Amino acid sequence: MNGYLVTIATIIAINAIVASGLNVIVGFAGQISLGHAAFFGIGAYAAALLATKAGLSFWVALPGVIAITAAIGLLLGIPSLRVRDDFLAITTIGINFIVEAVFNNFEFFGGALGISGIPRVVLFDLKFRGTEFLYLCLFFLAVVMIISWWLTRSWAGLACFAMREEEAAASSVGISPVRFKLLAFVIGTGMAGLGGALYAHFMHFISSSDFSFPLSVSLLSMVVVGGIGTLWGPILGAIIIGILPELFRPLIDYRILFYTTLLLLMIRFQPGGILGENSLARRVFTKILPRGKK
Amino acid sequence: MQLFIEQLLNGIATGSIYALITLGLALVYGIMRILHVAHAAVYTVGAYMGLLFFNLTGSLLAAILGSMAVCALLGVLIERFVYFPLLKYPPFVPLIASIAILLSVEELSRLLAGPQILTFPAVLPFPELHIAGVTINSTITAVYCITALVLALLWVITTKTELGLAMRAASQDRAIADAMGINSHLIISITFVIGSAIAAIAGILVGIYFNQIYPTMGAIPAYKTLAIIVVGGMGSAPGAVVASMLLGMAETLLIGYANIPLPRDAIAFIAMIGVLMWRSEGIMGSR
Repeated sequence: MNGYLVTIATIIAINAIVASGLNVIVGFAGQISLGHAAFFGIGAYAAALLATKAGLSFWVALPGVIAITAAIGLLLGIPSLRVRDDFLAITTIGINFIVEAVFNNFEFFGGALGISGIPRVVLFDLKFRGTEFLYLCLFFLAVVMIISWWLTRSWAGLACFAMREEEAAASSVGISPVRFKLLAFVIGTGMAGLGGALYAHFMHFISSSDFSFPLSVSLLSMVVVGGIGTLWGPILGAIIIGILPELFRPLIDYRILFYTTLLLLMIRFQPGGILGENSLARRVFTKILPRGKK
Repeated sequence: MQLFIEQLLNGIATGSIYALITLGLALVYGIMRILHVAHAAVYTVGAYMGLLFFNLTGSLLAAILGSMAVCALLGVLIERFVYFPLLKYPPFVPLIASIAILLSVEELSRLLAGPQILTFPAVLPFPELHIAGVTINSTITAVYCITALVLALLWVITTKTELGLAMRAASQDRAIADAMGINSHLIISITFVIGSAIAAIAGILVGIYFNQIYPTMGAIPAYKTLAIIVVGGMGSAPGAVVASMLLGMAETLLIGYANIPLPRDAIAFIAMIGVLMWRSEGIMGSR
């Protein structure tokens, strides 16, 4: 593979990790978040600061980065608990704007200049670059998928699904909505933190504008386009949304228009996503595999 | 002191413009429970159309009326072909569709009108005022007068006419309103016409006030108005106006007068989170 493809594949893999985290919050627990890029950014900044200022290696810093992001996710999840649906969407947009403003305005976070000189990931004597880094991202993507899969099978995940469908009914059978909403927030933002750490070490340079609101929208689009609440949906979504702008590159001037129009048509005519329930792909799929699971 | 009064007057003007943009959003949320982010797209189109008609005819009145007509049509099209079929899905589905419309319209205006900032050379035929040694220029006077006029008209429509009664009925409970013989879909469309026409006025006023029109001019208002309707109380038109005024003044005074080191656009969201923690139904909302 040449460098161009490896770069795109790496970005797609990182986005798939972050989108999977968002899927835990939106798809599993039914909490609309339009500020996921903020947590991606918190992970990236935490990793960058730990690497450049504290001089920690990627591997030592990683648990800390995930813990910091998840803790902030928990903290910001608390005000979000008071609100539902539309209010939650607006609150999370607000969180995104505020986090971006903090990164952009405080000297500690590098201000408008961002943070540069983030070192490469090194394991023993192996330097991760190009294809190796892609494999590292794919490895973490697999870990994230296993956690997501485990969540769909576990008691916590089932409780989340129940809460998503009907909160009052779920709480009447003893499921604490607060506990499981926060759990989903912590797991989802933790995954975003992991993605952020990978991103920081991949780009070697980050600035606040990398984590602004449009990224949150495209992350949510990935989840929605692929199939909300499904295991493979966010990955498929990340691939589609990652590849589309590249395919439209010959039409450089029109590509964002095509891309947003496609998103509009998609959400208008297939709101469950490509892999969602009642979607075209799923119907065809269950026809081919009559015993198809689920 | 003089600086303070100047900043206060600027703040009221900014707040008035926010109010004109937010009103449509509050009306739409009140009746459809949809976060109409694409309202900012209507506002951008309003500014461009106003400039187009102004350049074609040379008359500001024609520009405003033409732009209002185009925007009303655009609003109804969005409602008919995007929002209404999506009403049966969870709220994030129309929300994402709305964001997609906003981005598409931004791109379309960039492709059609070019990425550069266009100027709006119109002069509004309003007098300059002198109060307490402070001069209020004609544009700000115009913003005050037009906002007051629009608000008064809207107040009359929603409280004194049968249409307003039907709008309030439909926003309380669409099914019951339908059962009482109100054509609620028609009422929704009329709401979009009114909201979008007001957005067109806001677009033109902003174009003249800052003398610039550009494709992404709707981006910041799109999300700031969401914060404003939360602060004001979701779907409450008076709340939207009060919150817009407060925000306009807060932004101008805090940044221009008190020089606090915060980005201007974050204030709305900080206020929003404060309001949510204190009183989650908003300052004029009800539960």
